[in-house]
Amino acid sequence: MTELIIEADRVEGQYWRDLWRFRELFLFFSWRDLLVRYKQTVVGVSWSLIRPLLTMMVLTVVFGRLGKMPANGVPYPLLVLCGMLPWQFFSNSMNESSNSLIQNASMVSKVYFPKLLMTASTVMVNLVDFLISVAFLAVLMIWYRFVPPWEILFLPFFVVLMIGASLGVGLWVAALMVEYRDFRFIVPFVVQFGLYLSPVGFQSSVVPAKFRLLYALNPMVGIIDGFRWSLLGAKGGIYLPGVAIAVLDVILLVVSGIWYFRKTERTFADII
Amino acid sequence: MPIHSSTSPLNLDSAIAIENLGKRYSIGRQRANGDGLRHAIEGVMRQPLVWLRSWKSAKEKQVDFWALRGVSLQIRPGEVVGIIGSNGAGKSTLLKLLSRITVPTEGRIRINGRVASLLEVGTGFHPELTGRENIFLNGAILGMSRAEISRKFDQIVEFAEIDEFLDTPVKRYSSGMYVRLAFAVAAHLDPEILIIDEVLAVGDASFQKKCLGKMGSFAGTGRTILFVSHNVEAVRTLCQRVVWMKDGKVHRDGDADEVIGDYFDYIATEKVQAVTNPDYGLTVQKVVLRDDLGEERRQFKPGEDLIVEINYDAQKPLERPYITLSIFGNSGSCFTANMLLDGRRPEVLVGQGKLSCRFKSIPLFPQKYSVKMSIRAQNGNDNVVSFQEATYFTVVADLTEYGYHGEFLSRAATSTPVVVPYEWHLPDGEIASVSLEMTQKLATTL
Repeated sequence: MTELIIEADRVEGQYWRDLWRFRELFLFFSWRDLLVRYKQTVVGVSWSLIRPLLTMMVLTVVFGRLGKMPANGVPYPLLVLCGMLPWQFFSNSMNESSNSLIQNASMVSKVYFPKLLMTASTVMVNLVDFLISVAFLAVLMIWYRFVPPWEILFLPFFVVLMIGASLGVGLWVAALMVEYRDFRFIVPFVVQFGLYLSPVGFQSSVVPAKFRLLYALNPMVGIIDGFRWSLLGAKGGIYLPGVAIAVLDVILLVVSGIWYFRKTERTFADII
Repeated sequence: MPIHSSTSPLNLDSAIAIENLGKRYSIGRQRANGDGLRHAIEGVMRQPLVWLRSWKSAKEKQVDFWALRGVSLQIRPGEVVGIIGSNGAGKSTLLKLLSRITVPTEGRIRINGRVASLLEVGTGFHPELTGRENIFLNGAILGMSRAEISRKFDQIVEFAEIDEFLDTPVKRYSSGMYVRLAFAVAAHLDPEILIIDEVLAVGDASFQKKCLGKMGSFAGTGRTILFVSHNVEAVRTLCQRVVWMKDGKVHRDGDADEVIGDYFDYIATEKVQAVTNPDYGLTVQKVVLRDDLGEERRQFKPGEDLIVEINYDAQKPLERPYITLSIFGNSGSCFTANMLLDGRRPEVLVGQGKLSCRFKSIPLFPQKYSVKMSIRAQNGNDNVVSFQEATYFTVVADLTEYGYHGEFLSRAATSTPVVVPYEWHLPDGEIASVSLEMTQKLATTL
C-alpha cells in the first residue's frame, strides 16, 4: 500500500506524481470550460469566428489602408490574420488564466489537486478558438488563391512556442492574481497595449534595423514573425536572432512560471 | 480506552498517524484592500531604502497565530473518529492539512490508503451545467476516474433522487436537490479513508438521516472515517471514538460517550463569547435562556416556556433586521422562529438592548439541545451575525410524570425530540391522549 507523507518541506515529488494521477481532471476542466463558454449566448460558437473577423477587418483598414504599411505582395488581410492567430491565443490565455484560480476559489480552498491543472487547462481550451481561426485562414487563402510555401512545415514548432509563452505568462498572472487582485486591471491593460507593441497589424520588418534586436525581446515578436514566415513565406527569410530570443524567452517564462506557481501554490488556500 | 500520548512511536498499521503537527498563520499578511501591489511597487520606485525598512518592520509586526500545534493522533484502519470542539479550535485546519489543501508548518502526517475528503458539499459544481455533467465534473474533482464515475452513475442518480432533472442545469435546482446531488457524488467515492467536515449542516432532516445511514454502512465495511460536525448527536451515533479539540490542541481523546458528556458539561459552563460584525457595528454580547419567571436557566422541563434572549450592542443603528432562532436537537432543527417568514421584525436596533423570543410550552423530550441565532440585514440576504451554537440547554424530566409508561421508555433519549400532542384511538374505543404539556399537578410542584 502506498504511504503518503505530509510534511512541511516534502511535497514536491508527490506533486508531479499527482499531476499525472489527476490528468483526467485536466480534460474535465477543459470540457467544462468549453461547455460553459457559450451557454446563454445567442449566436454561440460563432463568436469564435466573429471576433477574429472583426479584429482582422479593423486592423486591415487601420494599418493597411490608412497606415499604408508594406505588404510585400501578400493580401493585407492574410498578413493580419497570420499575426492574429498566435496573438489571440496568447492574449485570451493571459486574460482567462488570470481569473482561472480566483474564479474557482472554493475549489482552491476546499479540494486538493494540483492547481496547475486548472490554469493549464484554461490555456489549452483556447486551442479550440485557435483552430477555428486556422480554418478561417484556410478559407481566406483559398479565396485569395494563395498557396502556402514549404515553410509551413515549421508551423508546429511555432505553435509549441506560442503555447509555451501563453502557459508561462498564464501561470505567472494566475498565481499573482491570488495575492494581488491588482492584476485584474493590469492584465487587460497589457493585452490592449500588446496588440500594438507586437507585430500583429504590421510586419516587424518596418521596425528600423538597429532596434530590431531590442524589439525581439518581446517573445510574441519572434512567434508572430515565425507564423507569418511559415504560412506566407518571406523574401528575406526569417529574422533568426528574433526566433532565438523568442525560444529563450519561452523557456524562461515556462520555467519561472512553474517555479513561481509552485512556490505560491502552498499558500493559495490560505490567502485566496 | 486508547490513550494517545504525543511520544508514542508511529505505528505501521495505523491508517493515519499524526505527529506533532502544527500550522501557523501570519495574521499581518492579510492586508487591507488597496494596500497590495500598488503599495509594494510605489514603495520600491520612490524610496527603495525606506520601503525596504518598512517591509522588514511590517514583517516583524506580523502576528503569528498557531491554529494548530503539537497535535499527535493515531487512527487505526476501520476506526470511525469524531472531532468536536468549538469554533476556532482547529478542527477545520486539521482536516485541511489532512486533505493536503494547505501545508503544515511543522510536524508530519502519514496516511496509509486512498483518501477522499469532503470539506464542502458540491465544490466545483457549475451552475450552468446539467446534473449529469456536474456528476462527472464533481466526481473528477473529488478524485474519481471517468470509468469509475460511469460505473457508479446510476447509483448516484438513484441516491440523489433527481433522475427527472438529470438534464436540467443545476442552477434551476432547489437547494435541497442541489445538496442531495452533491452529497450523492461524494457518498460514492468509495475511498479507504474518508474525511468529512460539517457537510450535513445543509439539507433537510430526512436527507441528513439518509447521509448518516450511508456513512454508517460505509463505516461498517471496515473503512476509516474522520468526521467533524457540530451535530454532536450525529457524532455520537456514528463514532466510537471522539477527539475533542480545544485551542489548536487535542484536549480529550477517547470513548465517544465519555468525551461528548464532558464536552457538553464544558460548554454548559463556558461563558459564550460575543460575536461582532464591524461592518454593521453590531455586537451580540450573549444569548441567554430564561424561564417564564425571567430566571436564567439551562435546564428546562418539557412543557415549560423557553425564553431566548439576545443581548446586543448596536454602535450603528441596524434598521429592520431579520432575526432567526432555531432550536437544534439530535436529528437537526426542531423548531424555529424566523422573521424572514413571519415578518415581525423590529424597526431598528440602536445602542445596548435586549430582544427575546418566548417559545411556549416546549414539546421536547429530555435530550440536549442547542440554539442557533442569526441576524440578517434589511435586504434579508446579507448575514450580519450568525451564531451556530449560541447556547445550549437540556430538557430533563421524569417522563412517567407526563403519563409515559412504555417498557422502552429509555429510548426517549434518542427519539425524535419534538412531540406534538396526539391521541390513540384504540379498537376497544379507548382514547389515549399523550402530550408533553404540563399537568396541573406538575405545574404546582415547580
